[in-house]
Amino acid sequence: MISKRIIPCLDVMNGRVVKGVNFKNIQDMADPVEMARHYSETGADELVFYDITASFEGRKLFADVLRAVASEIFIPLTVGGGINSLEDFDMVLKSGADKVSVNSGAIKDPMMISSAAKRYGSQCVVLSMDVKRVNGKFHVFAKGGRIDTGIDALEWAKMGEDLGAGEIVLNSIDTDGVRGGFDLPMLRAVGEIVSVPLIASGGAGKMEDFLELFRYDRIDAGLAAGVFHTKKIDIRDLKSYLGDNGVNVRI
Amino acid sequence: MIAVIDYGVGNLFSLVSSLRFLELDCIVTNKREDLLRAERIILPGVGAFGDAMAKLRESGLEDTVKELAGAKPLLGICLGMQILFDKSYEHGEHEGLGLIPGTVAPLAADIGPALKVPHMGWNRLEVVRDDPIFKYFTNGEWVYYVHSFYAKNCTENILGVSEYSVMVTGLVRSGSGKVYGMQFHPEKSGEAGLRLLRAFAEI
Repeated sequence: MISKRIIPCLDVMNGRVVKGVNFKNIQDMADPVEMARHYSETGADELVFYDITASFEGRKLFADVLRAVASEIFIPLTVGGGINSLEDFDMVLKSGADKVSVNSGAIKDPMMISSAAKRYGSQCVVLSMDVKRVNGKFHVFAKGGRIDTGIDALEWAKMGEDLGAGEIVLNSIDTDGVRGGFDLPMLRAVGEIVSVPLIASGGAGKMEDFLELFRYDRIDAGLAAGVFHTKKIDIRDLKSYLGDNGVNVRI
Repeated sequence: MIAVIDYGVGNLFSLVSSLRFLELDCIVTNKREDLLRAERIILPGVGAFGDAMAKLRESGLEDTVKELAGAKPLLGICLGMQILFDKSYEHGEHEGLGLIPGTVAPLAADIGPALKVPHMGWNRLEVVRDDPIFKYFTNGEWVYYVHSFYAKNCTENILGVSEYSVMVTGLVRSGSGKVYGMQFHPEKSGEAGLRLLRAFAEI
């Protein structure tokens, strides 16, 4: 049977992995290839790279980073950040990405999901959503969580799936960075209406949070950044803990 | 030298990278003479069965692949494995290369509604029959799959399976011949996948 997946997420800026809080106080953290190698060796099931630079120069450096990682790390690689067109898909796929994650670009042009799914297959297209509660409803936010689009998250998730997204990453802005656990109520709301794999993001603080997450059987993967980068959680330890508690993980 | 057939189906970056990482001499080609002089051939593929067969025909390599299949080791990966079989029922009915007896059918019809299609992610590969391809592989190691169709009616040719409510055909070999097929992606299956590729390079 398919395992539950643990996915570290790496933000890349000007060719380096960085850590930032809301795009402020960005700190240089590591060489992307070294970090990717470390995660691959300690049992990450997949890696996500976000390009958080917007400049042309930054994009070129990002493609170089991707090629370097894909040349020696042989697990699935997902790329996101600034994907606005099929040309962007093409560039990252040619540089070694296996899946491409769309967010604000798909909100602006939802048909990009269907044209990308037709050209590259649904398994290549990941819809990433930043969602926050507004007056008791789940709203989709754009531009790294800064702009409330007013779009209902449940409708957007369903529409994304219907357009051909092969996976959905649900990032809760409400729990992101708080490290108090994943946003299970939000995940359940989306999990009940989509049938493609659902990846939870935002809120992981300790190993128990992942166990609680995977007790909800419609979740396929848990994604996190900070807790892995700061070494608060070692993926090897996490997986053996999950395995001991009956979660099917690749060890 | 390993020839990786480039017939316009899918992304070869990871496959070529993994062969280079293993320090195996390889070329990406769509020329008959390269296949003739290669020691081994890899037939990759992602996408739809009918489309892949049409492209292989257009490339003029269908007959060459059939001709060389008995003479040197050939490895089909993912869709490249599926087209080794007789026939597929993906969006109609399509003839395959007929190098391994069996058919390719939709997973959704056999696994029931509770499981998701595509069968995507890491699954254990259970060895059904020992073979030199498993030289560096331990029974039950994890491999990475992405597919919605699977090979059936090929029991005698199955070397490895993965459980997804049905037994999904993971690794096949043509009788005692040199044609191998992997439904999973060895180039995305971490260390275990690299070791399978290494074993293929020694067959």
